[in-house]
Amino acid sequence: MNGPFAFTLALGDDALIAAQRLAEWTTRAPEMEEDIALANIALDQLGAARLLLSYAGELEGAGRDEDALAYLRDDREFRNCLLVELPNGDFAVTMAKLLLLSAYQLPLYTALSRCADERLAAIGGKARKESAYHLDHAALWVKRLGEGTPESHRRMQAGIEEVWPYVGELFAGWPQAPVDPATLRADFDEVVSAVLAEATLTVPESAWAPAGGRDGLHTEHLSYLLAEMQVLHRAHPGARW
Amino acid sequence: MYGNDFAGEDAPGGLLGEVEAAEAELRTAAERDRGAPGPEEDLAAYFTAVVDADQKIEPRDWMPEAYRRTLIRQIAQHAHSEIIGMQPEGNWISRAPSLKRKAILLAKVQDEAGHGLYLYAAAETLGISRDELVELLLSGRQKYSSIFNYPTLTWADVGAIGWLVDGAAIVNQVPLCRCSYGPYARAMIRVCKEESFHQRQGYEILHTLAHGTSAQRAMAQDALDRWWYPSLAMFGPPDGDSTHSAQSMAWKIKRFSNDDLRQRFVDMCVGQAEVLGLTIPDPDLRWNEQRQAYDFTQPDYAELMRVISGDGPCNRERMAHRRRAHEAGAWVREAAAAYAAKQASKEKVPT
Amino acid sequence: MSSSGSSPLWEVFVRARRGLAHTHVGSLHAPDAELALRNARDLYTRRQEGVSIWVVPAGAITASSPDEKDAFFDPAADKVYRHPTFYDVPDGVAHL
Repeated sequence: MNGPFAFTLALGDDALIAAQRLAEWTTRAPEMEEDIALANIALDQLGAARLLLSYAGELEGAGRDEDALAYLRDDREFRNCLLVELPNGDFAVTMAKLLLLSAYQLPLYTALSRCADERLAAIGGKARKESAYHLDHAALWVKRLGEGTPESHRRMQAGIEEVWPYVGELFAGWPQAPVDPATLRADFDEVVSAVLAEATLTVPESAWAPAGGRDGLHTEHLSYLLAEMQVLHRAHPGARW
Repeated sequence: MYGNDFAGEDAPGGLLGEVEAAEAELRTAAERDRGAPGPEEDLAAYFTAVVDADQKIEPRDWMPEAYRRTLIRQIAQHAHSEIIGMQPEGNWISRAPSLKRKAILLAKVQDEAGHGLYLYAAAETLGISRDELVELLLSGRQKYSSIFNYPTLTWADVGAIGWLVDGAAIVNQVPLCRCSYGPYARAMIRVCKEESFHQRQGYEILHTLAHGTSAQRAMAQDALDRWWYPSLAMFGPPDGDSTHSAQSMAWKIKRFSNDDLRQRFVDMCVGQAEVLGLTIPDPDLRWNEQRQAYDFTQPDYAELMRVISGDGPCNRERMAHRRRAHEAGAWVREAAAAYAAKQASKEKVPT
Repeated sequence: MSSSGSSPLWEVFVRARRGLAHTHVGSLHAPDAELALRNARDLYTRRQEGVSIWVVPAGAITASSPDEKDAFFDPAADKVYRHPTFYDVPDGVAHL
């Protein structure tokens, strides 16, 4: 698989699966105002996914558009990181996921906005502003939950611990990609550890570092997510919507 | 692309034109404001004079207690409808058949949350808190529109809700842009402007399905068959049985009768259904030259009453879903309040 | 504040475009100022209606009384300002 295609597809899948998970919160958020905020973030992720998947389809040159890539691949063909496919859990787990994802996407999109590929640079330029907002939103809630009540502190620490092992995969070296994620780890650590410290939370330690998403080896959760997402599209082959 | 505009021959610019006219009228009425009542002026007479002159009553004005209660009930039920109304469509976000449709639907359901919040805020100007309103909904003491107690069984239902349910809602709401109570009128102007996109997206979904594969076409017709009469019932009981109408009309909270609005909606839909190539499930639907309107079969009002009283297909699920979300979020709201209190006390204590 | 107790009310003012004053657009609930500002962005500027937002605790606003007879109308006199009005942001409301 060529470098730019695989990389663009991986980023597009990250954004798509993140959007699908965040949209599950619609009608279920802790406050109606937060329902709107989570939908906004889901819409940003979905927007980035559409741009990235469309471009991936062009790079591939096999005539697949965003919908063909989103709806007609099986779980073994998806290239998203494992973090985004994990279930939402409670609000603390979702905010932990969002904190880690946005602290990864922000430096990634920022670096991408300066890369040689003009299309990727344009997508990175647009998406990094959105990521900055997502990071801000997640950090704001992590602080409130970390410092809020004993229960929220406990849940927030547990949420961070639950998703922390999946960080390693995000920064695995990918030297032939337009941006090598390994170069972004220091930025990530700086941002995340500052947020956690302010929230009176502890940075977890984990020797266990599951990976495989970039090679299409996922958790058991992805297949269910895709089954739901793809069911209608696949039931009507070739139909327009 | 497809809007109410081609059905709006009686009003230039269609319903959206009427919203803009209502907004312009609101500004004109503001310019001829009569100022505060004089020291000897009777407050009730002043209230009546303002309403009769098509000017707006504002939050701190004197108003009859029944006017306040009627408005609180109506605005709150409207707000509840927006919030509960997110569920039937939200049901299809995860399965939307293209990424474009997914984005549009998510944005639409998000708008509904926004509309609910605009309306709760308008109700709060009448001296009731959002907590109280939420409690009234969760305890079942205030209702929401009965239409949201019907299930969304196929993707075409998302189209039918946009076209028929949002269409009926707009026909209902456009006159409310002229409501005598300022905050409600202004909220409705904002809501109606945003909702014009909702109806168009629904119509576009059905248009695409109706011109798609035979399975898609059948799906579209089935949705129209199931949503037609419940949509007609959205305008409420027939005028003869409507208890609140006369007083609300005098107060200019309501501008047209239930039956007038229902007729208007039917007259709009007939042409739109023809363009879709779908059949409205009413064998007695026909143009009446004398009335210059369509004759049509009335919805089953006994069914409407059953659904309102709690025995619709989804009443229990909708309420259980809302209660569950509210309860599951309690610890988050507590945490945010505790954090705010801690921050506030830090600011007060000099270090 | 009880667990179900709602967070404070904030009044929201939006500058629609450069050169215009901030205009009151509505209100919302949020536990603190930072969240109020975020919520205001999401609720009142979903369609690019603004370039700048203010949020003000509703309780911090002192409202004039329209007249002496204001005391006649008094279901909750302790609330100085009875919340929002919905001045629609002029122009710039993009709708399809």
